[in-house]
Amino acid sequence: MASGIKDKVVILGMGCSKFGERWDASPADLMVEAFEECLADAGIEKKDIEMGWFGAGIDAYNVGSSALPLSLALRLSNIPVTKVENMCATGTEAFRGAVYAVASGACDIALALGVEKLKDVGYGGLPQRTRGVENDMFWPNLSAPGSFAQLASGYRAKHGIDRTELKRAMAHVSVKSHANGAKNPKAHLRREITEEQAINAPYIAEPIGLYDCCGVSDGSACAIVTTPEIARRLGKTDLVSVKAVQLAVSNGDEASFSDWDGSYLKTTRIAAQRAYNEAGIRKPREEISMTEVHDCFSITELVTMEDLQLSDEGQAVRDVLNGDFDADGRIPCQIDGGLKCFGHPIGASGLRMIYENYLQFQGRAGDRQLPNARLALNHNLGGFPHQNICSISIIGRYE
Amino acid sequence: MFGITAYGAYIPRSRLSRAAMADANDWFDTSLRGLAKGERSVCNWDEDTITMAVEAGQDCLSLLDASSVGALYLASTTMPFLDRQNSVVVSQALNLGDHLRTMDVSASQRAATSALIAMLEAGSSDKGSAMLVASEHRRSKCGSRAEMLWGDGAAALGVGSDGVMAEYLGCETYVTDFVDHYRGEDSTLDYEWEERWVRDEGYLKSVPLAVSRLLEKAGVKAGEIAHFVLASDQAKTPPAVAEELGISAEAVVDNRIASMGVSGAAHPILMLTSVLEAAQPGDLIMLAGFGQGTDVVLFRATDQIKDRRPKTGFAGALERRRPDTNYNRFLSFNNLVERETGKRGELDKQSYLAAMYRKKDLLTGFIGGKCRECGTIQIPKENYCVNPDCGALHSQDDYPMSGLPGRVKTWTADRLTFDWNPPAYFGLVEFEGGGRLMMDFTEVEAGSIETGVAVSMHFRIRQFDNQRGFRKYFWKATPSGQ
Repeated sequence: MASGIKDKVVILGMGCSKFGERWDASPADLMVEAFEECLADAGIEKKDIEMGWFGAGIDAYNVGSSALPLSLALRLSNIPVTKVENMCATGTEAFRGAVYAVASGACDIALALGVEKLKDVGYGGLPQRTRGVENDMFWPNLSAPGSFAQLASGYRAKHGIDRTELKRAMAHVSVKSHANGAKNPKAHLRREITEEQAINAPYIAEPIGLYDCCGVSDGSACAIVTTPEIARRLGKTDLVSVKAVQLAVSNGDEASFSDWDGSYLKTTRIAAQRAYNEAGIRKPREEISMTEVHDCFSITELVTMEDLQLSDEGQAVRDVLNGDFDADGRIPCQIDGGLKCFGHPIGASGLRMIYENYLQFQGRAGDRQLPNARLALNHNLGGFPHQNICSISIIGRYE
Repeated sequence: MFGITAYGAYIPRSRLSRAAMADANDWFDTSLRGLAKGERSVCNWDEDTITMAVEAGQDCLSLLDASSVGALYLASTTMPFLDRQNSVVVSQALNLGDHLRTMDVSASQRAATSALIAMLEAGSSDKGSAMLVASEHRRSKCGSRAEMLWGDGAAALGVGSDGVMAEYLGCETYVTDFVDHYRGEDSTLDYEWEERWVRDEGYLKSVPLAVSRLLEKAGVKAGEIAHFVLASDQAKTPPAVAEELGISAEAVVDNRIASMGVSGAAHPILMLTSVLEAAQPGDLIMLAGFGQGTDVVLFRATDQIKDRRPKTGFAGALERRRPDTNYNRFLSFNNLVERETGKRGELDKQSYLAAMYRKKDLLTGFIGGKCRECGTIQIPKENYCVNPDCGALHSQDDYPMSGLPGRVKTWTADRLTFDWNPPAYFGLVEFEGGGRLMMDFTEVEAGSIETGVAVSMHFRIRQFDNQRGFRKYFWKATPSGQ
């Protein structure tokens, strides 16, 4: 039986660029910004990095394919670099590759970097793009809000929840993230909003309004990972270690076969349980101190609370409205603003979440510092509720 | 006995108010105000001659066994493809198999009556039945009389000897190169000559000639004709022709200009379907098609005429309507204005023909798979059965799903994505008996979609590749009863 990844790998350093509409920054500029912070934080030299994992989500509008853009931008010393792409789970995938390399003993020090340049396309929202030659022939032209909005229809039908009540809970999710994002200097959206603004904003995809959608941002984030022993040898204290990294990928069951009702993410439930097992977590509600979830849309965050077992099924609306996931709530969610306000440069998002965990554990989170944060869960969803990739990482203090 | 054994009809749901059309254009031509009565049928953006033909064909197949159809003729002057047999697309969408004769008949307003005559004169096909589908998506100039009077629609007929509801008694054609209007190879719109000349030298001369020859041949008196179909956008012309011939005024079939407009080459057949719904056993039916001469065909209704009714039929198709007053949308749907699509609309819509051919059973036939091992129904049909408890390899038999009812599981109305008629409605549909698919919806009226709503499947245009003059088709879900 595999022993899992728990406590085998620690974070040596992390960096994250400012997210936002970075009109004057190229993908290489963003990568360098995140990398320089990370390298300085790790306290090593570039030549000490032995392997790299590079994540970028939408090649055609971003850096192009392969690992070359990373190696060229950072002038790495011909080390092996692997390019990964797994939709919105890309950042966590890059991290997973680097962590596994260190844990396996293939190398001592590995780099994971994610980047996305989304604001070169000339319009708001994610770029309209091909889904593959065959898929384009019969898939609807579903936009990201159009696919995730359907969670609301499934959730309403399953739990008999009134449209207005659900919309109010969705608004609460966004109001909370805006309040958090306002305290984060690197966040894309730094203005607080009211519940009325969120509810009355123009519709993007029924029932998702403008303020139910996350920011579409340029940005980069990166991590350098190593073993606890090497980190100690390099003089590091207050170590932050990887407790679990898990991935669950749809196989067509939700979309083509099962009685899945569209009100939840099957993959999140699977990945969460696997991650809890790997991390040895038995009571997530008591053990997890903070979450960074894939709040691409407010409704996604809401149902994710149930999928992660942090709310009872059908109770997320009540818990959200009760403030359970607010900055001062039972388990703060998106304390850095989340995808909603920190922003969502696809390839960087999973690493951005870990960056926030890392700052919180080291007491470096400034105005948004949480008391006693010990264990964090990060969650990404790539694709659509009916077929997707879910990644979950659990990061905590190394004790 | 040989003759008509089945029929079906389709009229696009959207009906544009002629008053709204006149409001938009009578500043230019005040005479349009005089035509501003009633409404006309208008294709949705995702409808064309092929999709309407499939709808009418499906309705006809509610009376006809698909496996009995040995020939499919498609008549239209507005075929989407000049070189790609349109009738083959229709036959595959109707799942008529790969062993039948297909043919496109075009280039005249009497294309459909000429095709019908060819079918009737050819006698029984080797499989027993032949099907004619006449369909027209009419285009006309902005602000024209034609735009006011025309409409879109399709009709289908089954021809054979099993279950004859209208017995074939004979036909006649008078041929003359009378050019009342024409459309040359480089134009998409008609050029027309003066109405009064068309009436006096055209209808009033050519139709009586053909009709009298047929009456004489058949030994029938004009006064015995119970139903006289003469499609024309000139409201007063069919009664004038009937009077000239001695056919009673009550026999003249109303061309439904007020409720749908005249649907070109499809109209004679569509009006014939209205007759087949109303005729009594023994009634004599004279069908005329006018264009570079006249086709006429004579039928006698049999005892079966009262029992054989298709699922929708003419009255059902006419009644299923969605009133519209948006003339600008009509212009947009008919490519009569240069439209802003937004940058999302600029995505390349290249059609990869090899891949399209590979997927044709799914794309055109809406054929899924049923697992021989566990019975699971799935669409698309894939290599491994989707049932995790089965997972058998290459175990699925073809399973046509276009006729299956479904229910909405999840849905949205998307205003971000590109669509010719936003918001784009789509969602997850679960089919009766099993199988589910994330798919486009069409013909959705605001407020009509919710989880659990029943839907039916419709063959529609999925995408236009305007860069290369191609269009792709797929099936979409529509709330039942719309």
